[in-house]
Amino acid sequence: METQFSGILTGILAFPFIAAIIILFIDKEQKDVIRTIAAFATGASLILAALVFFTYDADAARTANDSLINSGTGVLAFQFVDRITWIKELGVSYQLGVDGLSAPMVLLTGLASFAGVMISWGIEDRVREFMAFFLLLVAGVYGVFISTDIFLLLFFYELAIFPMYFLIAGWGWVQLREYAAMKLTLYILIGSVIALVGILVLYFQAGAFFTNHPEELAKYPELQQVAYSFDFNHIQLAGQLGAYNEANYLGLGHGVTMARFWFPFIFLGFAVLAGIFPFHNWSPDGHVAAPTAVSMIHAGVLMKLGALTAMRLGVQLLPDGARVHLPWIIFLALTNVVYGAFIAFRQRDFKYVIGFSSVSHMGLVSLGVATMNTTGMTGAGLQMFSHGVMTALFFSCVGMVYDRAHTRDIPSLGGFIKKMPLVAVAFIIGGLVSMGMPGLSGFVAEFPIFVGLWRGVPDSILKNSNYYGIIAIAAALGIILTAAYVLRVVGQVFFGEFDEEKFPDITPIRIQDRVAIYMLTVWLIVLGVYPKIMSGMIESAVAPVVGLLTGGK
Amino acid sequence: MPELMQFSSDDTRSFLAILPEILMTILLLIVIYMDLFLPASRRKSVGYMAGIGMLVIGGLSWLLVPSDGLKVSEQLILGGMVRSDDLAKIFTVMVTLVGGLTCMMGMGDSRLRYKGEFYALIIIATMGASLLSSAADLVMIFISLETLSITLYVLSGFVRRPETPDATQEAFATRSAESGMKYFLFGAFTSAFLLYGLSLLYGFSGGHTNIYRIGEALASGRQDDAPIIVALMLVAVGFGFKISAVPFHFWTPDVYEGSPTPVTSFISVVSKAASFAVLTRFLLAVFPPAELVTVHIKNYSEIWVQLLSILAVITMTLGNVVALSQRNIKRLIAYSSIAQAGYTLMGVAAIATTKSGDGAAAVAYYMFMYVFTNTLFFACLILFTNATGSETIADMAGLSRRNPWLAMGITIALLSLAGIPPAAGFIGKFLLFRAAVDAGLTWLAVIGVLNAIIALYYYLVVIKVMYVDRSADDEKPIAVPAPYGFVMAASAVAILLLGTFLISPVVDWATQAGLDLFRL
Repeated sequence: METQFSGILTGILAFPFIAAIIILFIDKEQKDVIRTIAAFATGASLILAALVFFTYDADAARTANDSLINSGTGVLAFQFVDRITWIKELGVSYQLGVDGLSAPMVLLTGLASFAGVMISWGIEDRVREFMAFFLLLVAGVYGVFISTDIFLLLFFYELAIFPMYFLIAGWGWVQLREYAAMKLTLYILIGSVIALVGILVLYFQAGAFFTNHPEELAKYPELQQVAYSFDFNHIQLAGQLGAYNEANYLGLGHGVTMARFWFPFIFLGFAVLAGIFPFHNWSPDGHVAAPTAVSMIHAGVLMKLGALTAMRLGVQLLPDGARVHLPWIIFLALTNVVYGAFIAFRQRDFKYVIGFSSVSHMGLVSLGVATMNTTGMTGAGLQMFSHGVMTALFFSCVGMVYDRAHTRDIPSLGGFIKKMPLVAVAFIIGGLVSMGMPGLSGFVAEFPIFVGLWRGVPDSILKNSNYYGIIAIAAALGIILTAAYVLRVVGQVFFGEFDEEKFPDITPIRIQDRVAIYMLTVWLIVLGVYPKIMSGMIESAVAPVVGLLTGGK
Repeated sequence: MPELMQFSSDDTRSFLAILPEILMTILLLIVIYMDLFLPASRRKSVGYMAGIGMLVIGGLSWLLVPSDGLKVSEQLILGGMVRSDDLAKIFTVMVTLVGGLTCMMGMGDSRLRYKGEFYALIIIATMGASLLSSAADLVMIFISLETLSITLYVLSGFVRRPETPDATQEAFATRSAESGMKYFLFGAFTSAFLLYGLSLLYGFSGGHTNIYRIGEALASGRQDDAPIIVALMLVAVGFGFKISAVPFHFWTPDVYEGSPTPVTSFISVVSKAASFAVLTRFLLAVFPPAELVTVHIKNYSEIWVQLLSILAVITMTLGNVVALSQRNIKRLIAYSSIAQAGYTLMGVAAIATTKSGDGAAAVAYYMFMYVFTNTLFFACLILFTNATGSETIADMAGLSRRNPWLAMGITIALLSLAGIPPAAGFIGKFLLFRAAVDAGLTWLAVIGVLNAIIALYYYLVVIKVMYVDRSADDEKPIAVPAPYGFVMAASAVAILLLGTFLISPVVDWATQAGLDLFRL
């Protein structure tokens, strides 16, 4: 393995990290300086993230992953690779890279974090600590998306969770924050540490395998030539060569292999963060309790972090496990979509509506993944981005309304379009995205997911996947409910009579808020009108996954 | 009949290997001299002398003590009393550095500041700990263990009644005396068990005192199993007490609560680290797995792997669960340290089956980061207690507003204990779980990670109280005196570096230490 260093991804990571440290040494009364530094750091990362997104070469990725796509063997090619050996004894390297799935996620993190700093301009309590933790969170999230070494990924994963706790417990909604923050942290960490044990099992199995078959490793000179390594490709390659397929694992019966045994633990362990039913309970409480900027990162980005990690370390690492388990996990995803939408419909609290809508929409992502075909998975990737931007926009709108009205009770609000027209328009656009209106990003994301569901699982994986069509119909119910709750909220909050006596001091929104709203809304429209900007890239990344799942057949 | 294990008589090596202990003895004499002859006005320099002296010795041991991966017979020196390998070295460096930091901590405690004998005792205890981690002979093990223990009994009961009547100080003195007494009684009791176990081993091995010779004698299988297992159990009681493994942990919360805080810190790190070192070495030498002995008829390693796995589960679960209900921060950390011992035991259980030495490496790394973590925590705690006169968690409310650096120090320490990156605890736990999985003890690793989640809960509660809760004293800042600032900064930086940039060299070193144990 050679050392490579293009530095762009390291730069994306370094800006928020360094800024967080600098901020700690600034006098706490210089609030504007602190805010400016945070804005500068997230802005710089956003620019680099956009650079990564726009210069990512999907065609080159398709060519490089040719053998994975066509025969399901080979190693996954990443772009913008930074690679330095870190802990030699453990086979850990500092290894960053993006593929077509993570590049949009990096951009999403950039957008949500910059918008988050803009929205948080009004926070006055302990700005220094808030911004430092926020930047640490952002750095952790970036780190997970761009790590291609599993140790590094877990390192950033855990790193991202703990500032989350602080931000919610310290600056959240007083009535719920301590409970919600603790619940969120424990849920997410339980999932990830159990997955961690699974990863360790695979690591040793792969190491033992390559100790006996060093010639297999030598075929891929781009990998680290040591038996034990946490490199994603390394562990994945051992799986392709059948290292995890020994029957009768742990004496559990003929059909049980290591891959099949550990897949649910690893996949669901990370899917907890994507809010999969029945482990979604932390998410609405967490969203509601968190301060606005944190809700944006939380629902907008963090849940995708769970979905992407479940996809990477679950489906891509253990395709054989995925083949066996995804056909039933799809029912959990379906429950997410319908049940989440239904609960959202019943909420009186403005923020809870959005919180449960996230549960519902993330269910669509899992549905897309579970189709195991290119169309559905591409839809899942698009949905991750689309929902991320949309929900960040939703939460910023809710935050702006709440900051001024001091209530989130839907029936007692009303007529806010008269006072806050921009917020209303942005929320309505977000709502239309949420419903899947053509011309907006929601449609281009949800449509392929449903097409993928109709197509069902490729025959080479599962012979009889007819029930996927029924799932598509049932999931459509979720879309109808979405339309219902979105229209209800829009109608009751933004239209109707405005009560001057109840809300006497509705101040106009700040310039920073406008920046955030414009920045997010533009993406919803651009992606809706011109989906190719992202779909080709995502397709180039899911094709190898499907190749792995079908074995190229 | 196998050949007896030979000992090296390389004089230079022998000298260099015990150089840290020689230097500590010189420092001890200097400190006693200064204490006797310096005028009261310049007494403060005694603390600086002891603290900086120990840190320098720590650095020198790192530079000078040989580390060359030779065969066992070439590393056994001084008639087989001591084995100078990397495991001994890493623990010597660790305890010496932390001993130095503890002296600095003592300088901030009004009851200890001007007492030269406090520093002298710390130096003696450190010397005992350092020798214990390299001891390779039953006699040496017992002598160094008692050197460490007896000084700690004295230190634990160090607070005397004040000359002027003062209710709070008298309460402290009573608690301190009680904890010293309790520690002594428990300690003496378990020492007797240990000694009995050691004497059985001496007898059954046919009169050997060197642990490697005993190992070979036992493995050649001329004895009945039952008495050997009894001896193993008796030894386990003795060491189990030192590392506060359940069910030998009863002294821990009381002693932690009653001792002067710098002493608590010292007990929780130095004594525990050295005991883990000797436990690791002892088990591998006396009850070796098959590949560690030339003649192999009996293998007792499976028995202690089982025993330690069970101890690990009980220890970490009980420690964590009881910690959940604690209101006093020192008691909380006492139970947390019991739980930490449980995690570490997991690594010790893994040493026999991981041929690569992963288990020992994990234990060494874990202790390395743990000593700095607890030192940081207790340094911060002393400041907090000095300022508020309280040790309850509820009184920590608003600490982040009173002194953000203090709150951050405690936070870093707690996150490290909880195993959250970028603090070093993450790598520490990761290595332990990795060793357990490597040793085929996946079930143990699963119980370990679930315990880590329970532990995270009570650590986060403390952090929450400091950052979120408000108190009436919010606006009263807490000052940080110079020696504390140094201790806090040094250990916080150590924790963060060990968790990020310095992982590689220290893990390499620890792995080297682990491999040394597996080199015949």
